[in-house]
Amino acid sequence: MNYNWNWMVFWDPSPDGTGTYLYTLIRGVYWTLGVSVAAWVIALAAGVAVGVLRTSRIGWLESLCAAYVELFRNVPLLVQMFLWYFVAPEVLPQRMGDAIKAMDPAWSTFWTAVICLGLFTSARIAEQIRAGIYSQPAGQSMAATALGLTRPQAYRYVLLPMTVRIIMPPLTSEALNLVKNSSVAFTIGLLELTGAARSMQEFTFQIFESFAAATVLYLIVNIAVVLLMRFIEKHLAVPGFMGTAR
Amino acid sequence: MGGFDFDTIVRTAPYLFKVGLAFTLKLTLLSTAGAVVLGTLLAMMRLSSNRLLSGVAGAYVNLMRALPLILIIFWFYFLVPYIVGWIIRAGAPVAVGGFTSALITFILFEAAYFCEIMRAGIQSIPRGQAGAGYALGLNYWQVMRYIVLPQAFRNMTPLLLTQMIVLFQDTSLVYVLSLTDFLGAANNIAQRDGRLVEMFVFAAAVYFLISYAASRLVKMLERRIAIAR
Repeated sequence: MNYNWNWMVFWDPSPDGTGTYLYTLIRGVYWTLGVSVAAWVIALAAGVAVGVLRTSRIGWLESLCAAYVELFRNVPLLVQMFLWYFVAPEVLPQRMGDAIKAMDPAWSTFWTAVICLGLFTSARIAEQIRAGIYSQPAGQSMAATALGLTRPQAYRYVLLPMTVRIIMPPLTSEALNLVKNSSVAFTIGLLELTGAARSMQEFTFQIFESFAAATVLYLIVNIAVVLLMRFIEKHLAVPGFMGTAR
Repeated sequence: MGGFDFDTIVRTAPYLFKVGLAFTLKLTLLSTAGAVVLGTLLAMMRLSSNRLLSGVAGAYVNLMRALPLILIIFWFYFLVPYIVGWIIRAGAPVAVGGFTSALITFILFEAAYFCEIMRAGIQSIPRGQAGAGYALGLNYWQVMRYIVLPQAFRNMTPLLLTQMIVLFQDTSLVYVLSLTDFLGAANNIAQRDGRLVEMFVFAAAVYFLISYAASRLVKMLERRIAIAR
């Protein structure tokens, strides 16, 4: 087949004048990691809050949180990304909208992607948290009440610490999903890893080298995330509980 | 920007639904059908005692599941013309239509996810059933066809349908190939008429209604299957 392989293309200077194409890709990895980490913080905070409130036994609050989860789960991520990027600045109060539009585009797309991915992932984490809380025997919270803990204290000291440990495996796959989903930010112009590979492909016409490099880099990031989560899991394991400390 | 312009939506609805949504639904149904078949074959390979078969299938599934769908879409968009050219010995890449390219991509990508579901389904059938089948003189394919797979499909129907809803949402990513799926159609109107707010809110509402209704139906079905068992 008439395709000109050129694996040396990574050492050619890229047209943005900042370095080689390899450096373009590496910078893409930085953006991917940056978006993922920042979104992960939002996702954990909002996810835990919503997940806890869904078990609060306060009717209207549980319904509200259920609606939150359904809303974020049933709209495609790409559509959500467009809503945050194109629609939110128009719908927000004039002054906030203008401030967003006046931002440096690289950073406004970054924060848009972070908020979008963070909230999208938080709905999924909320479901894991809820399942984790319900998976514990009712005796746990009863014992907490018997010890004189208030409901918030029972969550803080008894239920949540165990929940986090129980849901570590699904949390790991959510973290991996987040890294993969961050590629959607490329559609609003963020040059994360997929976007960097795409722009390299457009400039060099070395289609398969570009995407092969992105593939390898994604695999490396994946392995790093799995190892990190496994390390945390081992670190958190409570001796004598479940098979986590393997 | 003025008020929310419902008129644009009403005016363009025939285009959005007849062209856009039709494309999205066609892509969803055809790729689900293809991906379930390929996924089942992959699951059978993964569970095979042949180390080579299970190794190849496992590597394929893990690779697909480790990569973002957008990257896979780009890969196949450029790769498929070369593969087709190689298969029909054309000597040059063959131009493949956008829909065909997207369809092949989604079948190959989603097959990895359907494989994991079907693997769980096959493993949920007690070993003794397959053993009994062999004792009756059935061969591997007959055991699969008449005993294991019908039950595996039945047990996994809710999960398969849920994955189909995910696939339905994922098809919006063909936007990166500038194809006219539902989101692509909405985007075309949005850019042409400068009605970004109306179009994207409307697109989100339609996606939400379809996905939400479908997931409620799946939940109802799940309950009925659970009782029947």
